[in-house]
Formats: sequence, C-alpha cells, structure tokens
Amino acid sequence: MVAQSEVPSVADERIGKPGLLDRLVVRPEIGSLLGAVLVFLFFSVVTEQFLSPGGVATWLDDASTLGIMAVAVALLMIGGEFDLSAGVMTASTALVTAILSTQLGWNVWLALFASLLFALGVGALNGWLVMRTGLPSFIVTLGTFLALQGLNLGITRVVTGTVQVSGMRTTDGYESAGFLFASTFTFGGTSFYISIVWWILFTVVASSILLRTRFGNWIFAVGGSALSSRAVGVPVMRTKVYLFMTTAFAAWLVGSINILRFTSVQANQGIGLEFQFIIAAVIGGCLLTGGFGSAVGAAIGALIFGMARQGIVYANWNSDWFQLFLGVMLLSAVLVNNALRRRAERVRR
Amino acid sequence: MTSLIETTEIGKTYGSVIALRDVSTVVNAGEVTCVLGDNGAGKSTLIKILAGVHQHDRGSLRVEGEEISFGSPREALDHGIATVYQDLAVVPLMSVWRNFFLGSEPTRGFGPFKVLDRKQGREVTKKALSEMGIDLRDVEQPVGTLSGGERQCVAIARAVHFGAKVLILDEPTAALGVKQAGVVLKYVARARDRGLGVVLITHNPHHAYPVGDRFLLLKRGRSLGSYDKADISIEELTRQMAGGAELDALSHELRAAEAGDAG
Repeated sequence: MVAQSEVPSVADERIGKPGLLDRLVVRPEIGSLLGAVLVFLFFSVVTEQFLSPGGVATWLDDASTLGIMAVAVALLMIGGEFDLSAGVMTASTALVTAILSTQLGWNVWLALFASLLFALGVGALNGWLVMRTGLPSFIVTLGTFLALQGLNLGITRVVTGTVQVSGMRTTDGYESAGFLFASTFTFGGTSFYISIVWWILFTVVASSILLRTRFGNWIFAVGGSALSSRAVGVPVMRTKVYLFMTTAFAAWLVGSINILRFTSVQANQGIGLEFQFIIAAVIGGCLLTGGFGSAVGAAIGALIFGMARQGIVYANWNSDWFQLFLGVMLLSAVLVNNALRRRAERVRR
Repeated sequence: MTSLIETTEIGKTYGSVIALRDVSTVVNAGEVTCVLGDNGAGKSTLIKILAGVHQHDRGSLRVEGEEISFGSPREALDHGIATVYQDLAVVPLMSVWRNFFLGSEPTRGFGPFKVLDRKQGREVTKKALSEMGIDLRDVEQPVGTLSGGERQCVAIARAVHFGAKVLILDEPTAALGVKQAGVVLKYVARARDRGLGVVLITHNPHHAYPVGDRFLLLKRGRSLGSYDKADISIEELTRQMAGGAELDALSHELRAAEAGDAG
C-alpha cells in the first residue's frame, strides 16, 4: 500500500522507463522471431538432417522465393491493400519469359526485360483500378487473379499445344541469366542457391525503404489512414500504385528464378500461393487492416514456413500436418497482432 | 491590410443540391473567424472549398487579394492554408514525430540515397510541440496513445510549425470533454497570437465566443450574417443559431443547464 501511494496519480504515464518487455512488444516482428526460434529448436532436436549443412540449405531455399514475395506483400499490406494476383503472377512472368525465348527465339535477357515490363504493367493496372474505383483491392485483384490464370492457360495452350513451356536450356543467354538468378554458390563446403541471396537483399532494401525513407513513411501513412495522409499532402494514389508495382516486381523476380532454375513452367503454377504470402506477412506482424507491420518480420514468417515444411519432411511425418501447423501459426499470429494493435491504438481520454 | 482569405458570395452545388450560396466573410491575420451552424448548414462545404478539397462554382475566393480556385489540398497547403480535420487529423498507429512530419519529412543525403533524418525529426517535433505548450515525454510513442485533445494539439502545432498562415479547424472540440475542449481552445488562441488567421468550425457557440473575433452563421446553406464580436452577444449568437421557433425550447433547456452548472 505504501509503495502504491507513492505513485502520483496525475501524470503517471510520464515517469518511469517502459520495461524491456514493453519496448520489445511494440516491434511488429517480435512474435515471428520468437516463433522462428521455437520452430528451429524443435526440428533441430526432433530430426538429425535439419541442422546438417544440406538441410539448412534446403529450408533456406524453400523460404527464399516465398520470402521475396512475402516481403513485397507485407509492404503492400502495410499500405492497406491486398494482392491476390501475386501468386499467379509468379507463373505469368515465367511464362512470358519462357514463351518469348523458346517459341519466338528471343535472347533470354530481352525476354526477361519484356516480362518485367509486363509485370510492372499489371501491377500498375491493379493499383490504378483499386484507386480509381475505390473498390476493395481484395475484389479487384481477385479479378486480375482469375484473368491472369485464364491467360496463362489459354495462351500457353495456343502457343505450345500443351499446358507447359519447356526448353529454356537451349536458348540464347541462358547461361548468363541462369548465373544471376538460378546458380548455386558454395559456402563452408555446402552449396546454396543464389535465390537465398536475392531474398536477403530484397528484405534489406525493402526494410530500409520502409523505415528510413519518406516513401516508407508514406506507406505506413496511407495504410494507417488514407484520408489523413491525403489531407497533409501525401500522394496516396502514387504510393499505392508503386506498392502494387513492387509486388509485381517481386513476382517477376521469383518467376525469373523459377523459370531459369527448372527450365520449364506449368501454366497452372502459382495458384494458391498468394495466401501463403499473406500468411507469412501476417505471421511477420502485418495487420490485415494496414498501417502496421514489418518487412523483416515477413521474411522471418517465410523462414518459419520453410523450416516447418522441410522439418516435417525430415521428421518423416505426413505433410498433412503442415496445414495444421500453418493454421495454428496463423491464428496465434493474428491474435498477437491484434493485441499489439490495441496497445498502440488505445485511446486515453 | 488585405485579408488572408476573403470570400464573396461564394456558392457550391452538388448536382441539383445547393450546398452553399452567397456566403461572404473574411479571415484576417491574428484573428479567429468562427463558422457556426447546425448539421447540414454548409460548414463542411465551406471549409472544403477553402481547403482545396472541392471547388466553388459561384462567387469568388481571394487569398491575400489574389482570386483563386484550389485544385487540390496540396495547392491550398502551398498557399499556407492548413486544415485540421476532426477525426482524420493524424494517423493513430504512427509515432508522434512521424505524424508531425508526414508529407514534409526531413531528409539527409542526396539522390536515391536520401534517408529520413530521424534525429532531426524527433528533436524538431519536441521543440515545436513545447513551443505550443505541449510537453510530451516521448515523441516515438504512437499518436493513438494520446488523448483526443492532445491529438488535435499535435495537428495544430504541425500546421503552425510548417508556416501555415491560415489554420482551418473542423469541429476540433466536438468529440471532446469539457476540460479537453478548453485545452484545445487555448492552443487555438495561441496560434492566433502567433499571427495566424484561424477558421474555427463548430456548432457550439460557447466554444466559439471566447476565442472568436468574427462569427459567420450558416443555416441550410445560406449565410445568416457575418458579425464582429463587438456587434453580437453570446445570447444573440445562440438565438441566431437556434432560429425563432426553436428558441423557446432551447432557452428553457439552457436555463435548466445553467441551473445545473450552478448547482
């Protein structure tokens, strides 16, 4: 009682440093980091291969392409929008590159450039449609998702007569492009895919932009409150359109990595992946309502995916268990995020 | 001296709806012009014209003597007209200093390597807020953790800091308790004393009268008149707002309320 009465009741929020827990808890990625450590420890103990160099290389690779997309999707979600076409875009960009270089005989570099333009165009269209109509991005990008899915299958069948494009290995410029997007490098006697480097690079750049630049400030602002942002002169439309284009760019990067590594692409690839991107971003601390989240968190979310997916294989469990794991992860992440947001948004009147 | 803002018989229609017609008033430096009216009186339409959200289609709008029609809020801002909206003054999930500098972020470095100057951002925010008499312990805390009155004050301090000549406040006291409203009105007076022209929108004459120098009364899109403080008493202001038929009921209510306050 004595200790309590010593605390002044008026301005008590002004005194005393916030505890370590309080300061950590406002970091959006803290939950995912904790989850990643748990998953890592669990599979390290349960299986032998998980910690072997080859094992590490495998789950890092599994996480890498997912991670690139999750980081881009996280930026978009912080900006308050969704992109359901992101999954199928990874196939569309690969198909454009593959068809141009195998069927029309273009140099791979030229084909990659063309598919980049295509991706940025689709991204800009998504953003423009969402901003112009004021409709939820969920429904607009569901439209582009279905349209792209149809185009992927339709055009591939018309051009090749089948539902896949293959034969990248014999095209002009395959060697050099493959070196950039699909080669391996040796580190400590184990070979790792270069996609892991792309993933780390993309995460670092995205996180720096998000936290250290004006544009990053605008991403948080347009997601937190588009009207307030507009009122103080933030270019809301431009910011959001750029975010959709960033997601499309990431889809191009992942599509390019895939087509050059596997040298063939199925026309129905990528469907359903969009939810994995969103789940990884949410596990990484992104709010579904926008305005809050982390690029690093999304990368860690993807890492959890990769570790769990491969860990379950190493443990010789049925992969059905992965879905259960995913569901539990997602629910706990959403609950944690929600509690965090209430903490941040709580109004004292 | 030319007025900061002068509207002459300004009007606006949305399709067949006449939202505002023939409204004339002035905003001078170091003075507070209060816009009073009930819901649907045209207050919002008027400030949206001044803030550049909508364009007027009748009459004229002069800013520092120059006839103008704003195409966007940004244009109004560039002319020194800053607007603080009731609910959307700030982004709750962002920190105080990021909100303070939103849209005008300080950067260092050059070209593609321009980064936010976070240290400067924090320091300037703290200084600007304390100059307005707002003392926050931590400018890194999310604005959502501030009270409604404090949020309005941050938005007002922001407008003052970025060199606004005219500050438009949309119902800054509407959602606030008595004490909080008093705090906000104090900052309104402080902004006025620093030489800004203030446009205060409210439907509460008791908030308007203590700080106001001029009162523009709107009803159903029309002006009931623009009065200097010397020409109108608070009783007359309240009577004008209520209108003849509703007056008896209102004065009865007020008497009951005053009796309640006294007791």
